[in-house]
Amino acid sequence: MATAVQDVLGTSVKRLEDPRFITGQGRYVDDIKLTGMAHLAILRSPYAHANIRSVDTSKAKGMPGVLAVIVGADIPYNPLPMVWPAGGASGITNNVSTPRVLATDSVKWTGEGVAAVVAETPEQAIDALEAIEVDWEPLPAVVDAEKATQPGAVQLHDNAPNNVVFDWTVGDKAGTEQAITDAEVVVRERLVNHRLIPNPMEVRGDIGWYNPGTDEYTIWMSSQTPHIQRLLVGIFTMGIPEHKLRCISPDVGGAFGTKIFCYADYALVLFASKLIGGGRPVKWVESRRESYGSTIHGRDHITYLEIAGKRDGTVTGVKVKTFANLGGRLSTIGPGIPTTLYARVLSGCYKIPNVYAEVTGVYTNTTFVDAYRGAGRPEATYVIERAMDLFANEIGMDKAELRRKNFIPKDAFPYDNPSGLGTAVNGEKIYVDSGDYEPAMDMALKTAGYADLEAKRAEAKSRGKLLGMGLSTYIEVCGVAPSKWIGAVGEGWGAAMWESSNIKVHLTGKVIVTMGTSPQGQGHETTYTQIIAHELGVPMEDIVIQHSDTQGTPMGYGSYGSRTSSVGSTAAIKAADKIRDKAKRYAAHMLEASYDDIEVEGAEYRVKGSPDKKKTLQEIAFALDLGFSLPAGMEPYLDETAYYDTPNCTWPFGTHIAIVEIDEETGETELKRYIAVDDVGKKINPMIVDGQLHGGIAQGVGQALWEQAVYGDDGQLLSGSMMDYALPRASWLPSFELDETVTPSPVNPLGVKGVGEAGCIASTAAVANAVNDALSPLGIKHLDMPFTAQKVWHAIQATKGARA
Amino acid sequence: MVEHIALTVNGTPREGDVEPRRMLVQFLREDLELTGTHVGCDTSQCGACTVTIDGKAIKSCTMLAVQADGANVRTIEGMQAADGSLHALQEGFWAKHGLQCGFCTPGMIMAASDLLDRNLDPTDDEIRHAIEGNICRCTGYHNIVLAIREAASLMRAGATGPTPAATPA
Repeated sequence: MATAVQDVLGTSVKRLEDPRFITGQGRYVDDIKLTGMAHLAILRSPYAHANIRSVDTSKAKGMPGVLAVIVGADIPYNPLPMVWPAGGASGITNNVSTPRVLATDSVKWTGEGVAAVVAETPEQAIDALEAIEVDWEPLPAVVDAEKATQPGAVQLHDNAPNNVVFDWTVGDKAGTEQAITDAEVVVRERLVNHRLIPNPMEVRGDIGWYNPGTDEYTIWMSSQTPHIQRLLVGIFTMGIPEHKLRCISPDVGGAFGTKIFCYADYALVLFASKLIGGGRPVKWVESRRESYGSTIHGRDHITYLEIAGKRDGTVTGVKVKTFANLGGRLSTIGPGIPTTLYARVLSGCYKIPNVYAEVTGVYTNTTFVDAYRGAGRPEATYVIERAMDLFANEIGMDKAELRRKNFIPKDAFPYDNPSGLGTAVNGEKIYVDSGDYEPAMDMALKTAGYADLEAKRAEAKSRGKLLGMGLSTYIEVCGVAPSKWIGAVGEGWGAAMWESSNIKVHLTGKVIVTMGTSPQGQGHETTYTQIIAHELGVPMEDIVIQHSDTQGTPMGYGSYGSRTSSVGSTAAIKAADKIRDKAKRYAAHMLEASYDDIEVEGAEYRVKGSPDKKKTLQEIAFALDLGFSLPAGMEPYLDETAYYDTPNCTWPFGTHIAIVEIDEETGETELKRYIAVDDVGKKINPMIVDGQLHGGIAQGVGQALWEQAVYGDDGQLLSGSMMDYALPRASWLPSFELDETVTPSPVNPLGVKGVGEAGCIASTAAVANAVNDALSPLGIKHLDMPFTAQKVWHAIQATKGARA
Repeated sequence: MVEHIALTVNGTPREGDVEPRRMLVQFLREDLELTGTHVGCDTSQCGACTVTIDGKAIKSCTMLAVQADGANVRTIEGMQAADGSLHALQEGFWAKHGLQCGFCTPGMIMAASDLLDRNLDPTDDEIRHAIEGNICRCTGYHNIVLAIREAASLMRAGATGPTPAATPA
């Protein structure tokens, strides 16, 4: 096929975003200075649990540069919205308490906002915070989700007895209990998936601007979801409808889920701008330490697991009881994560006939918990992958062979998981779209040298090292989600999840594409450009992708849940289809041929059988823009918009293998090798896909080995800064060994599955299984993460009968 | 109370009146409006604020602006040559997908420039050690190592080195 423009789809082109980032010309929220801009700082609770008797702001108001001091009672807005209750067929109750813009009566975690100062400079605002006097009534705290539900525990909210947000179930209880009763083997374990602090490198921040001349609000925000915020902040919190609020996300320095949500500071900076008057914008940027209390945390599950089956390795049932810690008040979609996105994918890539999950959402005096990269699916993968290893150890079966025996067979797709996303009422189902799990596992096993595991173990032992190899054969659900499923099942935002794209081919033939999705570093500008270049036959340099501004981009639901490549890209392809169709109709007019006689190749529109009779897309766009000669009924201009609602989700899968060595004397764990064979369907830009996997793997490894949010019993966050929260560093990690299988998704025209979360979903379980494998010769059955040297050393010492 | 400071930034003499508590990073970002240098933490852990002073990487969040009086500072904005061509490290990060969100990238590049100034043929271990003070949350460091290796290779082949044309006499 001879097209003038080289097809770039599926190739590793260099990113279009990078020139601005590598030269220091990125534009993040804190880089923006506006005329007359004032600065806001927030006084945050030093107590995990306390009543507020009074707040005296009189001294602060007199401090240099101070323009206003705000307390909760000054703000007439609603509490923040929570839009994804634990829901579905069971119609259960959610006992909801969400934060106010500033707390009025009480605080439920260290870091909840109590008062705010607006001043001429950030330093003046921070100085004045110290002059605010709060009369506190400190209360006892509870930080552990399981303990919080027990009799006598400190109670956080009047409307939530025993601190329970919800009790939610999915699956066949009677069938699963029968399977456990009838089983030859049942393995039980308590698994802790500890709390994480996501830590995108750019903290959150926002600039609010109220224009008194137009009565309109504008906010610049480090957000993954500017369109949704127009609803959540505008309508639900402030009572301001869409046409009065413009939301803009400039460059966003990483997010990993944290920047999906509706935060109090959004409404606060808008309120403050209106309050100080004069059309002055107000900027707030959190400090890192502040971020640990003002931006969501992730994970934090305690799970009681039962896995049942036969001695031949057939798994017949899995039952879990999970306590999900949701923090002191609920974040935007906090309850949805440990229910829909956890329990409904709990059986992983296995065909398990009986699965039943009970999930209790719990309030504790901790920072609120919501979606962090993977969001429920890493927790599910951790449980099922640990369960498979525990079961294999119990029956003395090879761990890979146990997995192979229980994989959903490749001829079973689309697969209707009995405890999965298709189980709810009303007939709307989400199927596992496609898969072929064995080749990916075999490839990973071969690369890792799995067959030689015992020889490697013996060799390491001779050096005083305990070697372990851990498998994680994961699947995940991406590309959320069919709106009709959300509507029918009642799980999800309580809103739609379609995506949008507008394409304009301008007079000069240059193409401006506006998208409803919002990137945070994933390279959307590059991948969308590759898609449009492929679709329209236009060179990449003639295309620009615009996004993340509610003024000028079509409504979209944002980027999270690995949905952009599947849902967003399909919207772009649909818009390109419309462009091509109109161009074809106009080419027929220009060439005096019938529509059906026009054939399109790249940007060339020509008459079949008369190859010299042709027009380029650029010529067509020029003529359509001028509009001098339009056929009857045709509108001028080449400008088309498409909205796309996906018929199903997509399901990437693969096998990750971690190889670790533990120093028997010190307990220190070293990740020696990391092998990942992923199947994310087809790839738009393989280099970008690999980058997503690398980053996800590192985050998941971070959880397994180092990262942990630690609270004291009094609710003080002990890991309260980057000094104390151990983020992975370059020298702690090896380079990763990546490979692939390709099973195209049948759900979308590109055959893509999504990759943003896959690495993070798989890797925590792989490393946890590797460490437990290394410790198993000592008789250790299960050790919880993170595998710090101290924890592992104590575990080793305990096996020796020594004082630990 | 303010102090008057005079220093060289990216080859250009700059002056300012600063509060004694003002950090170098604030002076660069807010007073000189060089916003390519970022603030990622408040405990000198993340390295997003890394710049070089006389070629040595420092965390500008941990140095007072008054301490930089008289210094020769280089930031990410000073890495390109006068003709706009990219520094080998910038080329390397672009070619090897050594960045995603871009927030840590300026600091990474400045830390790496210190390394390559000392060692034009570093091993992967040496690269990983040299950027240990810089946290990246997006890349897992895999491609950053490749990017710095690529830059070293370009520089060994004669591309622009870390001692820039823009540095004043």
